[in-house]
Amino acid sequence: MTPRFMTGLLLSLTLAAFLLSLMAGKVWIWPMSWAADNADGWIFLELRLPRALLGLCVGAVLGLSGAVMQGYLRNPLADPTVLGVSASAALGGVLAIFLGINLVPFGLFGCAMIGAGASILLLLAIGRGGGPIGFILGGMVLSTLAGALTAFVISIAPNPFAASEIINWLMGALTDRLMEDVLTALPFMAIGVLLLLTTGRALDALTLGENGAKSLGVDLFRLQWLIVLGVGLSVGASVAVSGVVGFVGLIVPHLIRSFYGEQPSRILMPSALGGAILTLTADSLVRLIPGPGEMRLGIAMAVLGAPFFLLLLLRYRKGQA
Amino acid sequence: MNLNVQNLGFAHGSTATLEGINATFEAGRLSVILGPNGAGKSTLLACLAGLQKPNSGAAKLGDEDITAMPAPTRAKRMGLLPQGAETHWAITSEALVALGRIPHSRGAGASADDRRAVAAAMHATATDGFAHRPITQLSGGERARVLLARVLAGEPEWILADEPLANLDPGYQLDILDLLRQQARGGKGVIAVLHDLHHAVRFADHVVLLHQGSVFAQGAVDHVITAQNLANVYGIDALLSKDEEGATQLLIKGKLRS
Repeated sequence: MTPRFMTGLLLSLTLAAFLLSLMAGKVWIWPMSWAADNADGWIFLELRLPRALLGLCVGAVLGLSGAVMQGYLRNPLADPTVLGVSASAALGGVLAIFLGINLVPFGLFGCAMIGAGASILLLLAIGRGGGPIGFILGGMVLSTLAGALTAFVISIAPNPFAASEIINWLMGALTDRLMEDVLTALPFMAIGVLLLLTTGRALDALTLGENGAKSLGVDLFRLQWLIVLGVGLSVGASVAVSGVVGFVGLIVPHLIRSFYGEQPSRILMPSALGGAILTLTADSLVRLIPGPGEMRLGIAMAVLGAPFFLLLLLRYRKGQA
Repeated sequence: MNLNVQNLGFAHGSTATLEGINATFEAGRLSVILGPNGAGKSTLLACLAGLQKPNSGAAKLGDEDITAMPAPTRAKRMGLLPQGAETHWAITSEALVALGRIPHSRGAGASADDRRAVAAAMHATATDGFAHRPITQLSGGERARVLLARVLAGEPEWILADEPLANLDPGYQLDILDLLRQQARGGKGVIAVLHDLHHAVRFADHVVLLHQGSVFAQGAVDHVITAQNLANVYGIDALLSKDEEGATQLLIKGKLRS
């Protein structure tokens, strides 16, 4: 399959997944009722549309961030979840709620983005020199620490209702988000995505290692900040609005590589599309699971992603031996 | 154009230090930097390639100081073959060679110039036969040639090779040395850091011998690689002689007792 055909296919699948997300649910809403002046039309406008838009953006952000981080660290196991970026963004968000910063406009978003950006800087500081597995171990340390601190902040929250709200948000879901939330997150995600899409050439150069890239005139310092800002803004905003939806950035670039080859710049845009497809589809499927309530998207992705990570880890170790 | 290293000094962290390096490298010659581990060979090359910024002194091409050039400009003129033959991802040989065009390309897509340069580099290194094979499936010798082709694709004026023979079988080592010599004969400046004294004796047009961060000797092979210098710098007992064709032969007899 040629890349051009694959890109066409990915675009069509993205559109299909988006439409599915608009329609699927306990109540199916077909396109003819989208503009209807009844309950269906209301559900479509107030619930389905923001949810589908959110799935599209969050998925694209996570898929792209995974591809960029894997290219930057030259490690196929990197991903915002594995490296603790999402957990750190969540900690930032929880702290914002605890300290009341979320009442300031963009307070929650700002804190989540700072959490995400800071975690990458910390990761670079602790993982450097540890080889390919160093960053993964560093990410685990960060993730555990951020998780523990988050739990601590929740446990000392004065208001039990607030605590359950926070826990609900943390579990990761696209449900019950207002169009307003979506529109707040969108500009940050868009800027982050644009920044990340400019890293292709530098990531390609890193195929030759840091010295090779530097000798080609690539400014690694600039690249590092592009990634800190890009991932910070986009993943931070996506966590602020939808909680922790894991492993999209791990799974998607892998699948994309088997069609597009392994050159880092080639998989950036396709990984964004693939992330959107995976997230939209998974979010549609969790709605269709029978029973009261619905399964959280974050939980569904973790159930799907953890075994995938293990599989990759085993394959990776075999390849190294 | 000659490359003049003037009073270059470097000291930073755990990297080997350099002090008062003065050396002249001529284009059209294969220059070899020799010296024991920690003498500063790679550090000197890193300063010339812009990986490290020297604390003092300069390295001049004509009257331009390459250590002060903006990185993208320098990258077009100085091509580095880094130590360790590091590569990641299973990209094709051709895609890897095309990375050498990064300093020349602005924006997306390969220009006609890019394609011509990549093809020429792969032809010169006889790597065009496996242009579409992933680099992970190449033998050590093939990989080494592809990595050299990557440097050539950038069409630099100078080729800086940091231990290009490490981990290669003797036949492949000679392939790479031949290619480097060819490039020098073609008018490029070539500077290689080598460990193997035998190769230096056979292939070098010019030798710079480093010892503890300073130039111990430099010049023609017969002038620099002498029993006395090798004893002083490496602590080895070496015998140098001329064979019937007038070429210098080196025999390392053993380590000197101090």
